[in-house]
Amino acid sequence: MKQILIKRLLQLIMMMWSVGTITFILSRLLPGDMAYRIAAGRYGDDAVSAAAASAVRQELGLNDPLWQQYSHWLWQLMQLDLGDSLVSGNSIIAELQHQLGYTLILAVAAIFLSALIAVPWGLACGFRANRTLDRVSLVVSTLLRSQPVFCLGLLMILLFALTLNWFPVAGYQQPAHLFLPALTLALSLAALSSRVIRNSTAKVINSDFYLFAKVKGLSEWHSFKRHGIRNIALPVVAFMAMQLVGLIEGVIMVESLFAWPGIGHGLSHAVFSRDIPMLQGTALTCGALFVIINTLVDSLCYLLDPRSRRA
Amino acid sequence: MSRLFHALTLGQRCGALLLLSLLAAAWLVPLFGYNQPNVQHLSAAFAPISAAQPLGADQFGRDMLARLAAAVRLSFGLSLLCVGSAAVFGILLGVVAAWSQPWCDKLLNFIANTVMALPGLVLVLLISGIAPGSFIMLYLGIALTLWVEYFRVVRATVQPLVHSPEIECSRLLGFGRWYLFKRHIWPAIASNVLTLAAFGAATSILMMASTGFVYAGLKPPTAELGLMIVELFPYFAEATWVLIQPLCVLVLMVLGFNLLAGQKA
Repeated sequence: MKQILIKRLLQLIMMMWSVGTITFILSRLLPGDMAYRIAAGRYGDDAVSAAAASAVRQELGLNDPLWQQYSHWLWQLMQLDLGDSLVSGNSIIAELQHQLGYTLILAVAAIFLSALIAVPWGLACGFRANRTLDRVSLVVSTLLRSQPVFCLGLLMILLFALTLNWFPVAGYQQPAHLFLPALTLALSLAALSSRVIRNSTAKVINSDFYLFAKVKGLSEWHSFKRHGIRNIALPVVAFMAMQLVGLIEGVIMVESLFAWPGIGHGLSHAVFSRDIPMLQGTALTCGALFVIINTLVDSLCYLLDPRSRRA
Repeated sequence: MSRLFHALTLGQRCGALLLLSLLAAAWLVPLFGYNQPNVQHLSAAFAPISAAQPLGADQFGRDMLARLAAAVRLSFGLSLLCVGSAAVFGILLGVVAAWSQPWCDKLLNFIANTVMALPGLVLVLLISGIAPGSFIMLYLGIALTLWVEYFRVVRATVQPLVHSPEIECSRLLGFGRWYLFKRHIWPAIASNVLTLAAFGAATSILMMASTGFVYAGLKPPTAELGLMIVELFPYFAEATWVLIQPLCVLVLMVLGFNLLAGQKA
């Protein structure tokens, strides 16, 4: 357990370093003189003069050698001093706190919904492997998986919002706004995880130990409860770690599509408007979410599988 | 060629057929005179299907058939480039890591883990932020996220192989590294690498469309599937049929590559 945590902590640090480095390079590559740009941001476009620019240059140490600026940049990052947004002028931390709440709501709702869809779907197919239901579900899942998540979202909007008028198209005030983005994400996640559940189920119920459980007289339900669930769950939970990439990428796309004011929405807008502090902040948060949920999945695997504890 | 065909499953054959027909269509369409994806005819916005515009026109009266063909060529080109360079780079580093000193292996593994610490799309968006609208940055970003998979798979397969009796034997016989790679290592990794390549192509097409969709990728008027979808979406009520076209093409391309990769979920 300790090893898992140390490994993940190291990963978190590496992630912060790489994001910090990329955004540092980015900020130096922007066209124009940096001192003039910052002076314009501070005092307004009309008040920029060579004197103001050189004052800014002095103050921020823009004349220092590059490696000093770089270490200063990393030092600020280590103190979690992310600066202010170039667009709205608010502090990045405050904006991120606001966005993170929405993203977490969306992500949790999506994971919950996808479990609600994928578990019965996968189990049903697993118990009847290679029968008609299983074949049909393979086709459905392949089709769902071939869609980029925003296509799925567009179809949801066309169907539920514009044709049937059941749910609002975009927005974030009421719980009803949450449904379509969460369903979109959940379907794209469930398409893959249902197949994993199906494979895992089929493998377990065809195994010798499962047969033995039934032979010794346990009922269907008892053998499933005592010998099935945990064995089926292990590969499924381990697979969830792989799916996380899909979740985070899906969040970025779905939030942009449904105008859900979360991290992903912030990230794509920051790229669009070249708001570098915001870009750094949102990318950091996405990365941190990724690492943290990965850690949770690892720990869950550890708890589920007594063999890993003995080793 | 026929041996290759027989080695494929039914699904893989379907995928290959789908991709080949898309590719052929995309390259043939300009030869029939539909070669002006960016010429606007504002008076003919959303013009219906005609001989001059077999798939209708978009909001600026541009020929949809020519645009779709251009977009398919662009997507295929990008995915080929990304997958090609990621595979070569990843295989090379994977073999080097498995074959060389422990410190070198550790270093390469460390770099791979650093790349893996960020979800792919975040990395692509970050890098495309350096120069928005640049094809090269998009290519670099996608290739950078893809090579890690090859590296990990190749490294894991080659590591036990390096100390196997057959390679020791070939070494003692004095064969060079290139021969060892060709004779012993490539056959062991080939099927995995090809599967990864097909999935990687699907991923890179999706990533390109995704960045286009959030306006962080290539810039208009480039005919690119994600951009076309997001530009046409406001007009879905007037021209549902036109919006559906890039969606379908995108789904077909990704479906083709997923089928080609085979069902290994």
